[in-house]
Amino acid sequence: MIAGALVKLAKVMSGARAIWTKPIEGNAQRIFFANHTSHLDFIVVWSALPAPMRGRTRPVAGRDYWMKGRVRRYLSSKVFNGILIERTPSTASSEEKRVAARAAIERMAEEMGTEHSIIVFPEGTRGSGDDVAPFKSGLYHLCKLKPDVQLVPVYLDNMNRILPKGEALPVPMLSRVVFGEPMEMRRGEPKEAFLERARSAVEKLRESHG
Amino acid sequence: MTFPLERWLSSLPVDRSLVLLLAGVLAALIVGSLVGFILSQTVKGEAGRATVANLNARLRAWWAMVVVFGIAVATGGIGSLVLFGLISFLALREFVTLAPTRVADHQALFWSFFVLLPLQYYLIGIGWYGLFAIMIPVYGFIFTAVRSVLAGDVDHFMARTATINWALMVCVYCVSYAPALLMLEIPGFQGQNAALLFFLVLVVQLSDVLQYVWGKLLGKHKVAPLVSPNKTWEGLIGGVLSATAVGAAVWWATPFTPAQAAGMAFLICVMGFCGGLVMAAIKRDRGVKDFGTLIEGHGGILDRIDSLCFAAPIFFHVTRFFFDVSDQVP
Repeated sequence: MIAGALVKLAKVMSGARAIWTKPIEGNAQRIFFANHTSHLDFIVVWSALPAPMRGRTRPVAGRDYWMKGRVRRYLSSKVFNGILIERTPSTASSEEKRVAARAAIERMAEEMGTEHSIIVFPEGTRGSGDDVAPFKSGLYHLCKLKPDVQLVPVYLDNMNRILPKGEALPVPMLSRVVFGEPMEMRRGEPKEAFLERARSAVEKLRESHG
Repeated sequence: MTFPLERWLSSLPVDRSLVLLLAGVLAALIVGSLVGFILSQTVKGEAGRATVANLNARLRAWWAMVVVFGIAVATGGIGSLVLFGLISFLALREFVTLAPTRVADHQALFWSFFVLLPLQYYLIGIGWYGLFAIMIPVYGFIFTAVRSVLAGDVDHFMARTATINWALMVCVYCVSYAPALLMLEIPGFQGQNAALLFFLVLVVQLSDVLQYVWGKLLGKHKVAPLVSPNKTWEGLIGGVLSATAVGAAVWWATPFTPAQAAGMAFLICVMGFCGGLVMAAIKRDRGVKDFGTLIEGHGGILDRIDSLCFAAPIFFHVTRFFFDVSDQVP
């Protein structure tokens, strides 16, 4: 019920319209990867999914943020069923960061199990919305661990104007969630080539629907 | 001796003429829906079928809009305020979505949606005409510009602030004049102002529909081919004259004489046409066909109320000037 109310609220605030450029059916496990400009991005993608798919789809989010306070804890564990990841402090050494990132990827693969899909934002941080930034390598390593999952590029339009970085209060504008054609990692595809191909899939949705 | 129907009408909590107007609209919708159904069974050919499908989608939306509007008007002031406040909110959202604002305008936009908009309708609710009439053109105008400049981004500053002011004027200020009709004090018409609101909305929407119908039937000579290629002189003249005739025919529900009602209806139709034309130019400028996708067959909410935006303030002020007694100089 709370999930339903949140979905409705997100839809009213963001006026989000889902556009499926290719019909996506069946119960395949999927990684939805999207451009990231706003704190509301996850809930908007999640709300745009058809209800049965939404029930199996989990967000990946920072543990420090979502374990703070009872409301957030309740939402992340009971409503979104989030996969909470430890974030390393920016003061950590690069070796510490690499180890933590590795652990996070393994954790995601494990939590996905054999039925869950996830929503990720491979740019790693929120951008201004002017372009899609280069992807972090996490998506590549995750796909190595889960080679059979479908990759679905998602372009979020206008979210940067609804709740831009640095603003606390949203302005209710209309946004669009454009789901692209599912893709897969090719056998033996180099990391850089794969990440760029994934990024340009989101960029292309931006050009055709932005 | 009174007829049972008449006795039932006068026992209702709402104004009698309002019930009759609403009944008339529902009757027209029923006839329209029957025609739409018959056409959907008989018309062949792809283009004809598409037109009929669009017609029926519009009719379905009309049913919903008439029900919502009927409930709002019947619940008196508060229902109308909530309905038009909501319309303003949705229209502003559509307008701002298309407007080229930047991150620096975020706070100004937030204030527009969540402070200025509710405040405007609150002022109508408490009947404070003096502030209602100047709040957005004076205080809103200055405040939004100052809020945007404090954010420190000068790129396209004039276009951005002008856009926000236009958004507020069109979607909030102008639309709010419709429920503001309930504030007017017209001698011998106390408690019946809802009929005035009904008159405005009936004439303005009927004018749109009839222009569309006349245009489809006879349309040949374009009025403004570069702005709105679907508008024709035949549609305009036929629509305005027939909507004016309907306006004159319901004079008994208004404080006007038949001739005055015809004049007011004509004014509403012409202003409505101008509003539609200006909004069409904005859409063309932004490269879109419709403002949104909210109402099936109609596009967005702003596509449906574009005529009302320009007709409501003019109708309000002309009515106020000639019929209102609240602040006349002795």
